[in-house]
Amino acid sequence: MNKNSRWILAAGALLLVGTFLFPLWSITVEAPQYPEGLGIYIHINTVDGHAKNDLKNLNIVNHYIGMQEIVPESIPELKYMPPIVVFLIVSGLLVAWKGGKKTLYAWLAFFSLVAVIGLIDFYLWNYDFGHNLDTEHAAIQIEGMTYQPPLFGTKTMLNFVTTSLPALGGIFAFLSIFMGFLSAFLSWRGKQPV
Amino acid sequence: MNKTMMRVVGVILVIATFLLISECAKKDKPILGSSDAASAVYVAPGDYDEFYSFMSGGFSGQVSVYGLPSGRLFKQIPVFSVFPENGYGFTEETKSMLQTTFGQIPWDDAHHPELSQTDGVPDGRWLFINANNTPRVARIDLKTFETAEIIEIPNSGGNHGSPFITQNTEYVVASTRFSVPIPQRDVSIDTYKENFNGTLTFIKVNPDDGAMNIKFQILVPGYDYDLAHAGKGPSHGWAFFTCYNTEQANTLLEVNASKNDKDFIAAVNWKLAEKYLAEGKGKTSPGEHYNNRMDHSTHSSVSKLTKTVLVLDPADCPGLIYYMPTPKSPHGVDIDPSGEYIVGGGKLAAVVSVHSFSKMLKAIEEKKFIGDAGGIPVLDYDATIAGEVTNVGLGPLHTEFDGNGYAYTSAFITSEVVKWKLGTWEIVDRIPSYYSIGHLMIPGGDSRKPWGKYLVALNKMTKDRYLSTGPELAHAAQLIDISGEKMKLLLDFPTIGEPHYAQGIPADLIHPNTTKIYELEHNMHPYRTLSEKEARVERKGNEVHVYMTTIRTHFKPDNIEGVQVGDVVYFHVTNLEQDWDIPHGFAMQGAINSELLVMPGATNTLRWEPQRVGVFPFYCTDFCSALHQEMQGYVRVSPKGSKVPISF
Repeated sequence: MNKNSRWILAAGALLLVGTFLFPLWSITVEAPQYPEGLGIYIHINTVDGHAKNDLKNLNIVNHYIGMQEIVPESIPELKYMPPIVVFLIVSGLLVAWKGGKKTLYAWLAFFSLVAVIGLIDFYLWNYDFGHNLDTEHAAIQIEGMTYQPPLFGTKTMLNFVTTSLPALGGIFAFLSIFMGFLSAFLSWRGKQPV
Repeated sequence: MNKTMMRVVGVILVIATFLLISECAKKDKPILGSSDAASAVYVAPGDYDEFYSFMSGGFSGQVSVYGLPSGRLFKQIPVFSVFPENGYGFTEETKSMLQTTFGQIPWDDAHHPELSQTDGVPDGRWLFINANNTPRVARIDLKTFETAEIIEIPNSGGNHGSPFITQNTEYVVASTRFSVPIPQRDVSIDTYKENFNGTLTFIKVNPDDGAMNIKFQILVPGYDYDLAHAGKGPSHGWAFFTCYNTEQANTLLEVNASKNDKDFIAAVNWKLAEKYLAEGKGKTSPGEHYNNRMDHSTHSSVSKLTKTVLVLDPADCPGLIYYMPTPKSPHGVDIDPSGEYIVGGGKLAAVVSVHSFSKMLKAIEEKKFIGDAGGIPVLDYDATIAGEVTNVGLGPLHTEFDGNGYAYTSAFITSEVVKWKLGTWEIVDRIPSYYSIGHLMIPGGDSRKPWGKYLVALNKMTKDRYLSTGPELAHAAQLIDISGEKMKLLLDFPTIGEPHYAQGIPADLIHPNTTKIYELEHNMHPYRTLSEKEARVERKGNEVHVYMTTIRTHFKPDNIEGVQVGDVVYFHVTNLEQDWDIPHGFAMQGAINSELLVMPGATNTLRWEPQRVGVFPFYCTDFCSALHQEMQGYVRVSPKGSKVPISF
């Protein structure tokens, strides 16, 4: 690894600290009854509302259509994620310090795996929330209707317009992985004859 | 046709044309005028009004909240009258708000709202209002638009000259319209002159939480003390009270109290009163009164009885109070934004008398007295007067200011608003009111910084202004544009009760600070139920306490058994919602009091005494969600002594 790629990797690893400071993802719903919108943030270790009572109110609204309650404590991924990301930061810094190319590629491969699995997992949770409805207790049941929020973008479901987008922490994570690849590219090009 | 004939025909045609044009113009004018006015008061759907206006309800006992310039009604705030619509005065938490030394009184006559001020400018924290009939002053919290406190005024009859405030809300004043024997005792009404007195009460307001306490009362001669305003700027430290019936008549006042050429404006140096109090001049005197205060955390009113008040006698306190003669039974006394001019509306006169504060101080210094009244020095009229506004219309009552050097006086008898210039006292414009205006209001118009854009005329008679509703009509308010040289009538709108005075304030001093929900975790009500798990029913002798919760869209518990005829059931309903605009109602069949309307995070209690055996439903009255109509439950009532156990 050359000097530039080492610095870029170190910066990329440090950017991951942002995932602890800011939410990864944001889901906002708007409805005629909620002109001000309700929203939740998915953090690395919890889920909470944009405003203090948004999660509670979203759960109340969701219960009419039989969606499960979102209880952050019952989502195991939120417990695994912090140590994994801490490992990524520390190991990323170590790789940048030592400067080994192979370890860099291994680090990047692991990071990519975490990112892809994370997104798939997020999709599956969304799928489960949207499809696994309590038909016993749901007051409003509409034939063929499911309520899976989009992974990315906007979708209208009944009276709610749902928008799902990465939040600041998520953007930091994307930037981090991008810098990882940039570092790898620079160090790979570094050994090519100029 | 000869020439003469032609001329005659020509003249006739000209006259006919003129008549035709003038007839058309008559029809066109209001249409042109009103389309202009319509755009001036139009607030598009979803947009906000520029001002809040708080109007007293008069005999409704409440305060109603309007938007200006639209004239739209937003809310009725229950203050002195019970309000079964939300349970005010009926729930266990609010019953004692209406506690007085005469017992719980379900009604009063509320006249003058007054916004709290900082540096003489309305600050949007609290609104004070008087109860005229059973003398009281209430404080409304403008974060929640709920009545937060009511204090009773002892040694008073007809608390009319109230609750005008000093420039930093140090004091709220209250003066007796009806002088009475003080202390109350059994005397002949004919002994009015010997036995009757008035009081001027100064209520101290805690600057942090607004809590009110009577600091002192001043014992004054037995006249009718009518209205008041506190000084500001240079006159800060003084308060002014009009009085009539200086004749001290006790029968047929219509005639007998209208004899004197001049009555008085009393000028009270309250800063000096504080000094006399510190010197121990205040006499602890009988003065039982209740103070009922809403506790924020328990959502419950706490009543406190105080037995005495401190009374200052002007005879022991030289310089405390002076009388300024003012023509013909003065009604309103209004201080201009600079604090220099004291404007008295002689309600039977055709002039408005303007006293000068600086001339008053000089006259006191030079001892320009023409005698005394009941021991109180009477100043020479010519020594205090700054000017007279003549031709102001008959029956001038009240004056407000626009902050641009103009004053606006309401004239009841000639039914008009008259605009005049401070300093030159010349009339510059006048506009009719429909009909017989009482008070008028400019947002901040009695403060140091009026927002002089609109004026609201509060009229006493309505007659033909709206579609008829039979003998009893809504009182009419009129919105007048005062931003230009000429006043312009913009809008008529009906009101609730009889608004006497009103106050106005820019919306952004209140709107952003309002409370949306009560935080459940701060609910300290002794009978709160903070989760559905804690919902339960408990029997204590013949009392049954139902710890009930509401959330979209069910009650917990919803079916209750084991209640008996002769029990006293308390439904302690906690609304678990933490979402804006999701109150739940609770109505019980056969309850002889009211319903509950429970705000998110609050606990309210309804008392119910089941009279008959049977199964009786209860339900939610506030359309809360798509399943609102399913939000219900039953109470099974068994005969007294039944073996049916409590279950839920």
